[in-house]
Amino acid sequence: MINNNPETTVHIKDLTKKFGDFTAVDAISLDVKKGEIFGFLGANGAGKTTAMRMLCGLSLCTSGKGTVAGFDINLQQENIKRNIGYMSQKFSLYEDLTVFENIRFYASVYGLSSNEIIKRSKDILERLGMSGQRNAFVSSLPLGWKQKLAFSIAVIHNPEIVFLDEPTGGVDPVTRRSFWNLIYEAAEKGTTVFVTTHYMDEAEYCDRISLMVNGKIMALGAPDDLKKEFKVGNMDELFYLLARDTSTL
Amino acid sequence: MDFIKINNVSKSFGRVKALENINLHIKEGELFGLIGPDGAGKTTLFKSLVTLSQTDEGSSEVCGLDTFKDRKKIRNIVGYMPGTFSLYSDLTVYENLKFFADIFSTSIEEGFELIKDIWLQIEPFKNRPAGKLSGGMKQKLALCCALVHQPQVLFLDEPTTGVDPVSRREFWQMLKSLKTKNITIFVSTPYMDEAILCDRVALIQRGKIMTIDTPQQIINSFPYTIYEVKSKKIFDIIKLFDDWDNTHSSNAFGKSVHFISSKKDISESDINSFLEENGISATKIKPIKASIEDCFIEFMSNNKV
Repeated sequence: MINNNPETTVHIKDLTKKFGDFTAVDAISLDVKKGEIFGFLGANGAGKTTAMRMLCGLSLCTSGKGTVAGFDINLQQENIKRNIGYMSQKFSLYEDLTVFENIRFYASVYGLSSNEIIKRSKDILERLGMSGQRNAFVSSLPLGWKQKLAFSIAVIHNPEIVFLDEPTGGVDPVTRRSFWNLIYEAAEKGTTVFVTTHYMDEAEYCDRISLMVNGKIMALGAPDDLKKEFKVGNMDELFYLLARDTSTL
Repeated sequence: MDFIKINNVSKSFGRVKALENINLHIKEGELFGLIGPDGAGKTTLFKSLVTLSQTDEGSSEVCGLDTFKDRKKIRNIVGYMPGTFSLYSDLTVYENLKFFADIFSTSIEEGFELIKDIWLQIEPFKNRPAGKLSGGMKQKLALCCALVHQPQVLFLDEPTTGVDPVSRREFWQMLKSLKTKNITIFVSTPYMDEAILCDRVALIQRGKIMTIDTPQQIINSFPYTIYEVKSKKIFDIIKLFDDWDNTHSSNAFGKSVHFISSKKDISESDINSFLEENGISATKIKPIKASIEDCFIEFMSNNKV
């Protein structure tokens, strides 16, 4: 599939994933624009992770088509993996490696040359004000620093889009907010951000969101527009209105 | 009566002080919340109370029993739901419940009254392996297993972490109805908004308790006026505020910024003209009541943690 619109980083149509008789993702369609912060919301078990895995080139869809960062999700999974960034709360940095070793490891995985690695790591450490921590073990860093480092490493290869899977789960309120500052900075520079969260206040920080229920996208749009459309006061109410039926499944 | 007593408890892992001089008394029948982010020490405290680990200093009692000397007795009267799913994935829903009833030398029937409301929601899946349940259902099963021996006190370690807003709300409804059955509930959570659902809470960060009180009292004691500033450009506004010498703090809260001034007599129009001078218009500026999250952020900045 060819994505003719250079302004779109994610373009999917009728994306479906079945496990046996169970339809985990049911014909979802959406476009994410370049530089957009897109919130991918849904209840536990709604199919978010399954959908994300297909977008990241980690799993093939049962039917449907789409492109991510200009590559076909059915035919060019390896290209997708090389051209996206990914970060989750559970899997980010190696605690028993130093700051520099973590940077070097991920940069090498993404195929950066030794010279590039040295240059990029210097840039990152200077920008984060962490030059003095270059040789410190990641385990010794405060959570806020770890998060910033993890994010910088996730975009070390300048991907067109970065996928963030619950990046702020369990994080203190100050660190959570400084993390969103990073997201905004990245989006301003043109990086597309695709993020999942269970914090409904964070849904408000997104340019647009989608809300998945039972494998389907039940709402898609800017938070303010959705609040008007569904006649609710905030995103928490919207979530409750649309996702209530599934949690008992 | 104080049902759980924690006196001067400290514990370190190597150089990291996981708990620093914790003092906390929880009353019988209370729904008490331990609110704090990952790494605050919540799990370390819970493990010591349910006798799974020892502390370095201090002592704790649960129902008048010492958590070290009387640990075997304590194990019979506490229900514990750890933060990670700890049931047998390859046993069915029913087999898991039966197993927990058996090891506590009781039967499902004996404890049924207590778990009935929750059990009825998962009963349709009773022959499904526990590992194949959805997140919300796993949680309900884990709660049943923690309750089947009719404990006097329930320790719930982050039962709602990673759980979507709907399931979270349902879980708290379950806790509310359990409370009417006179069980003392000690629950930990990283979600600040859940504090309001507890009788009393302790806010914890980096092993230190910052305050203990009813959520209402914590909110009422907030020492500043918070101005809610609504605008389309909240992150631009925060940047501006951060460089303003009248700013004490400014934080994003969904569609608005919570601004606190270091100047006592600042007015809405002062804030508005500052923003307009910098080319940003706010759609609304008004004083609002603090939330627990506002309080937590303020405590964190005071404690420089």
